[in-house]
Amino acid sequence: MLIISNAEVIYNRVILVLKGLSLHVPESKIVALLGANGAGKSTTLKAISGLLKSEDGEVSSGSLEFMGEQINNMDPEEIVRKGIFQVMEGRRVFEDLTIDENLDVGGHTRKDAAGFKRDKDLVYDYFPRLRERRNQLSGFLSGGEQQMLAIGRALMARPKLMLLDEPSLGIAPLLVQEIFELIKMINTEEKTTILLVEQNANIAFSICDHAYIIEGGRIAMSGTTEQMKSNSDVKEFYLGTGEGKEKKSYRDLKGYKRRKRWL
Amino acid sequence: MDITFLLQLFINGLVVGSIYALVATGFVIIYKATGALNLAQGEFLMVGAYLCLNLLSKYQVPFWQAILITFAFAALLGAIIERVILRPLIGSHLISVIMVTLGLSSILKALIQLAYGTDTIPFPEVFPSAPVQIGPIPVSQGYLYAIGCVTVLVALLTSFFKYSKTGIAMRATASSQQVALSMGISVKKMFAISWAIAAIVSAMGGILLGTIRGGIDMSLSHMGLKVLPVVILGGLDSILGAIVGGLIIGILENFSGGYLDPLVGGGAKEVAPYIALILILMFKPYGLFGKKKIERV
Repeated sequence: MLIISNAEVIYNRVILVLKGLSLHVPESKIVALLGANGAGKSTTLKAISGLLKSEDGEVSSGSLEFMGEQINNMDPEEIVRKGIFQVMEGRRVFEDLTIDENLDVGGHTRKDAAGFKRDKDLVYDYFPRLRERRNQLSGFLSGGEQQMLAIGRALMARPKLMLLDEPSLGIAPLLVQEIFELIKMINTEEKTTILLVEQNANIAFSICDHAYIIEGGRIAMSGTTEQMKSNSDVKEFYLGTGEGKEKKSYRDLKGYKRRKRWL
Repeated sequence: MDITFLLQLFINGLVVGSIYALVATGFVIIYKATGALNLAQGEFLMVGAYLCLNLLSKYQVPFWQAILITFAFAALLGAIIERVILRPLIGSHLISVIMVTLGLSSILKALIQLAYGTDTIPFPEVFPSAPVQIGPIPVSQGYLYAIGCVTVLVALLTSFFKYSKTGIAMRATASSQQVALSMGISVKKMFAISWAIAAIVSAMGGILLGTIRGGIDMSLSHMGLKVLPVVILGGLDSILGAIVGGLIIGILENFSGGYLDPLVGGGAKEVAPYIALILILMFKPYGLFGKKKIERV
C-alpha cells in the first residue's frame, strides 16, 4: 500500500535527517516503526503526510508511493484526501473546540453526510467516555482521553492509512493498554492500515504484524513481530530482557560495539 | 443631573459603540486566523462606504441591493489582498506583516483620495429621518436601523463560527495551523476567507457611519485606529470581547464627551478610550475576554 524507497529528507536545506530510508506498509496490516529519540521516526511520518512543508523540510530524493501514486512533497490537504491521516505526536487536540467540534474538523474532507454521521456514532461507540462529554471543551480532557479523541478524529476522515505518532506518550500504563487494544480493533474491524511510531517496543509488539527499527535516519533492521521479538539485540536494547545482566562497561568491548551500532 | 441628557449620551454611545464592535470583529477575525494585526481595517471601512455611496447616488441602486453589492466587492477585495499581498509573507516576521498592512492602508487611502478627492461628500438619506420617541427621548430612526444591522450581522457571524463547517475549520486553524493542515484543511483558503469577512464587516461599519453622519470623508479611516483600543480592551482573540469592548468604548466616549468636555475644555472624548485602555491593561493584560491558555491540572 505504502512503499518508501531511499527517501532523503532535508530540513532548512541543510540538515539531512532521513538518509535513504526504505520501508513497506502492506494493506490492512499494522507496521511499527521503532527507534531512539532523534532517529527520524516522526520525520518519516511527516514526510508521508506532507506536514514536513510546514516545518521547512522537504523530501529531497527517493520516492514515496501510496497505492501506486507518487506523493512526494504533495500538499497535506491533498494527501488527506488520498486517504492518509496522521495523528500527531502529543495528541494536539483543538483545546478550545468541544469534543464534538474536534470530530467535525476531523471529517473536514468528507462529502457524504450520511457516512459522516454514521462514523461519528462509530467513534462514540469506540470511545464511550467521549460521548458523555461531547459538548465540553477538549482542553479539559485527561491525556488519555485526548489521545482517544485524536484517534477518533482521525477515524472521522475514514483514512485508508492511519499514521500514529507515539500514542503512548505521557499516558498512564493502564490507559496505554486500552488505547492499543482499540488501535488493534480499528485495524481489524475498519480495515484501516496502520503505521505506528513508538518508543515503547513492548506495547508496539503486542499489536503489530511487522516492525522496522530506524537508527540515524536509516532502517537498521526489520522483520515480522516474531522475528524481531526473538532477536537478541532487540531483546537487549529495546525490550530490556537480554542475557547481559551484569553491569555494562567499556572493558566489555564486544557489547560496546553492539550498542554503538544501535544508538 | 439631567436624566434625558444621560440617556441621550448613552444611546449615542451604544450606536457608535456597535459600529466599533462590528469593525473590531473584523480585526479580531484576522488576528485569530492569521496572527496578524490588520492596520488597514479603517481603510476597508472607508472603501466600503465610498463604494456604497457611489452605487446609491450615481447608479441609483436601491439601498439593500447596494449593501449586498458592496459586500460582494469587499469580500473580493479582502480575498485578493490576502492572496496577492499577504500570502507571500506567510512564515515571515510578524512585524513585516504588520508593516505591510500599514503600507496597504496608505495605498487604499491614496486611491480613494485620487478617485473622490478630500471633500466631504453627502451621503444620501436612506433611513426615514423622523425621530421615534423612546420614553422621554427622541431617537433618530437611522440609529435604530444601525443597531439592528449590527445585531443581525453579528448574529450571522456567530452562528457561522459555531455551526458551519467552514466556521469550525476556521476556529481549528486559529487554534493550531499545523494540526489544521493535518486534518486536510486548506489553511490558505481559511486565511482568504477571514480577510474577506473582515472586509465585509468593515464595509458595513463604513456604510452605517455614512448614514449616521450624513456625509463621508477621509476621517473615516481614523476608525481603524479607534478600533485598536476596543480590541485590546476586549482581548485580541475574542469576538465577544470585541463586541463588549466596542460598546464600552462607544459609551465611555460619549459620556466623557458630554460630562468632561465642558470641564476640561474639550478633547476628553478623544482621550478617554485610551486612558481606559491603559487602566484595563494594567489589571487585565489579556483584555477582558482574552484567552489565557487552558491549563490542565
